[in-house]
Amino acid sequence: MRYLPKSPADREAMLKAIGARSIDDLFAPIPAEYRLNRDLAIPRQMAESEIVDYFRERSLENGEGYKNFLGAGAYLHYRPVIIDSLISRGEFLTAYTPYQAEISQGTLQSIFEFQTMICELTGMEVANASMYDGSTAAAEAVMMAVRLTGRRSVVVSRSLHPEYREVLATYATHQGMPLSVASFGDDGRLNVKEIEKSITQDTACVLIQSPNFFGTIENVAAIAEIAHKAGAMLVVSIAEAVSLGIVEPPRQADIIAMEAQSFGVPMGFGGPYCGVIATREKFVRQMPGRLVGQTVDTKGRRGFVLTLATREQHIRREKATSNICTNQALVALMVNIFMTVYGKVGLKELAKQNLAKTAYAAAQFAKHGTVLFSGAPRFNEFVVETSEDPYAINSRLLGHKIIGGLPLRKFYPELGNAVLWCCTELTTRSAIDAAVGLVAESERSVGSAKEEADIEEVTR
Amino acid sequence: MKDGIRKATRHVNQNEGLIFEKSSAGKAAWKLPPLDVPEADASALLGAAERKDLGNMPEVSEIEIIRHFTRLSTWNYAIDLGMYPLGSCTMKYNPRVNEAVARVEGIANGHPYQPEKISQGALRILKTLSEALIEITGMDAITLQPAAGAHGEMTGLLMVRAYHHSQGRPRKKVLIPDSAHGTNPATAAMVDYAVENLKSNAQGMVDIGALAAQMNEDVAALMLTNPNTLGVFEQEIHKIADILHAKGGLLYMDGANMNALVGKVRPGDFGVDLMHLNLHKTFSTPHGGGGPGSGPVAIKKKLEPFLPKPVLVTKSDGTLGFEYDRPQSVGRVRAFYGNFGMFVRALAYIQANGPDGLRQTTEDAVLNANYIRKGLEGTYDLPYSTPTMHEVVFSDKLQAKKGVRTMDIAKRLIDYGFHPYTTAFPLIVPGALMIEPTESESKEEMDLFVEAMKSIAEEVVEDPQTVLDAPHSTRVSRLDETAAARKPILRWKPGT
Repeated sequence: MRYLPKSPADREAMLKAIGARSIDDLFAPIPAEYRLNRDLAIPRQMAESEIVDYFRERSLENGEGYKNFLGAGAYLHYRPVIIDSLISRGEFLTAYTPYQAEISQGTLQSIFEFQTMICELTGMEVANASMYDGSTAAAEAVMMAVRLTGRRSVVVSRSLHPEYREVLATYATHQGMPLSVASFGDDGRLNVKEIEKSITQDTACVLIQSPNFFGTIENVAAIAEIAHKAGAMLVVSIAEAVSLGIVEPPRQADIIAMEAQSFGVPMGFGGPYCGVIATREKFVRQMPGRLVGQTVDTKGRRGFVLTLATREQHIRREKATSNICTNQALVALMVNIFMTVYGKVGLKELAKQNLAKTAYAAAQFAKHGTVLFSGAPRFNEFVVETSEDPYAINSRLLGHKIIGGLPLRKFYPELGNAVLWCCTELTTRSAIDAAVGLVAESERSVGSAKEEADIEEVTR
Repeated sequence: MKDGIRKATRHVNQNEGLIFEKSSAGKAAWKLPPLDVPEADASALLGAAERKDLGNMPEVSEIEIIRHFTRLSTWNYAIDLGMYPLGSCTMKYNPRVNEAVARVEGIANGHPYQPEKISQGALRILKTLSEALIEITGMDAITLQPAAGAHGEMTGLLMVRAYHHSQGRPRKKVLIPDSAHGTNPATAAMVDYAVENLKSNAQGMVDIGALAAQMNEDVAALMLTNPNTLGVFEQEIHKIADILHAKGGLLYMDGANMNALVGKVRPGDFGVDLMHLNLHKTFSTPHGGGGPGSGPVAIKKKLEPFLPKPVLVTKSDGTLGFEYDRPQSVGRVRAFYGNFGMFVRALAYIQANGPDGLRQTTEDAVLNANYIRKGLEGTYDLPYSTPTMHEVVFSDKLQAKKGVRTMDIAKRLIDYGFHPYTTAFPLIVPGALMIEPTESESKEEMDLFVEAMKSIAEEVVEDPQTVLDAPHSTRVSRLDETAAARKPILRWKPGT
């Protein structure tokens, strides 16, 4: 086996040194009746070239070469080449959690920079080293608010990513955290009046997403005011990190739970991604996850360490703020490099391109379908309602190697034929025009079919 | 100070400040293509929601970024540099073909919501990996959704809860041995189970008498790591399972140490009802400085209705798809389908090994741990003489007489060119040195390790101060963790 660095002679010599007759002696503690005396029924050992071929074939069966208009929590942005060059360095790739600070300063300093940039972008004072993803970060942020307020119930926005809501429901079930859902209005924004009604003396926090699942930017200030007046916290989930380049961050929030996938992380069929929690300094001791802090060594030199570990499971066990151990460090490093590459000016320009492509696409679609929620500002997603069944339209688009937007019926039956479209800086005008043309064609054929039916009706 | 350190030599490495300290206005590492649509008027589109300023985000050039992160990287120790015997973490070689295939276009850029019709490649990877892991564990079904081991534990306990609920007998507590990982009790608390500690016996194994006494119909499950954190196989595993099952409890196995068993024995065959795997341990996906992980949960048939949604199914036309209509499911534990990129890597690893390679891998891991045990026995105190599987736990009892503790020895090991072992865990061994070489170490590397550990033991006798002040060869000496926690500085600020 090519990963194993021992010759048969080495193994013999080692067994002899140990005083074992054969390798089986070392497995004697396993009761004989349970030992496996056959080969595992798994694929045979393959050559490297065969493995590469296998995955290339799978890639071809997986939408390779399609133009994509899907967003909804996973975004296709350009990934600067140096991200992979740098994260492929074995010193980053093959190290573990920086428990031994003296030989982990590279990882520790990069996390410290990551925490700093997340604070700059979110307007928060502290950020952790990462969480699994945006959905679990949101659930953990809510649990943090429950600990901080001593209250138990949660008001959740219906315009929060539906799968994030499902994850929160799973986490909340056994922690005695009743959830109530506040719906959105005609502009796609959370219905502020409904939040006001839903909040009680037991509400720990209001959880919203902005830009929300429809791409619409919520009125964070108004929602924060209502929450704070009732003694509840505001937790804001951000699923499209690139929005932070041009959209004012939710500074009024108490906790921000972010998904940073947009910052240089491949869509990768849904993971691994990079969740992050950011908050106020005064709440840090209730924060889940790892934190890196600056300190000095015995000679007064600057260095970095994992800190405030008394919040964590390996010290606190059942009293920890979370059970999280392994996080998303290497993905956080991708995010870190992406933020460094684009920086203060580039992130803004990048976000502006997203805004421009989306504004153009929404205007084009508006000529042939109804663009919903157009009363409120949006970032890079928008919702279009058509007369024809969206799955039929998408199926036609697929024939032209275009993946259309996400039909919303599955998550929001009340939205009927509405579809969530997304454009990023990588969406070309020609792709937008092609998609709009095909949707228009569908709408025309539905229109003429309807006309024919009407005529038939009249003549009958 | 002792000379003759054979594995490592000091060499110059570069200094490097924080990236913010290199920033100045007008430098850039990015270039966007010209817009092919009309420019957007941000203030007209966004109004009050428009962001004007990005604060102290850096402005640097590409070469500076390359040097910055390359310099930082050289301050890390890594498996690629040498033995990384961090017990319980399974720091094995991370094959590079895994990285290559994870970056193939259609695999790296698949969107989780793209139609199933054009997702068959990704779904086939999920299916093939699932089947292999089910066979390896001897279980009946699996979910790949959990993002890491601790997340898998949570998923598992949610299923345990749902199972007991369906039996009409909700239960209150989970038994956890005193040798367990901290994630086990933390997870039980998250799922609202009371944690009851289970004492280990003199061999470091579950005390069968104590278990029988503590087991009753309030106990939902026992969370057992096997081999346990001492690297010891629970020889009476069948009795343990019987005691639990007799009173309707479930046996949960923490699969953190599955690398000691693959191809030799299957948990499903010795009474385990459900277990998680750590793909970043046993199945070689990179630890990446702390993640990403992946924590699939394999289960027996009776737990299948409770799997998280969605569940991968083969449809009547032979294509693969997700099933969402699962009324008894515990729900979703993560958006989308899990850390897919890690599935790709784990499957590539299984393919590179095949059944013979996986078995040899397990044998070598156990052989290596026993070789180290033999080499250091006598030099360091071995609190449990029970046979060792994939890792061995010593204590600092002999060295503590000179005032030198496990952390000091660990720090001195750094000077010898090794990453330290795991210190002060498991908790049942005071001053533990937990050593897990994995199969990836050659005899030569381990001989150097044994030599280094022996040399440090001599130093403890002859010159303990050298060990107490270690490390001596790193960029920074021991860091003031107390100060870091007392007055936390968790981000850079301008002018500091």
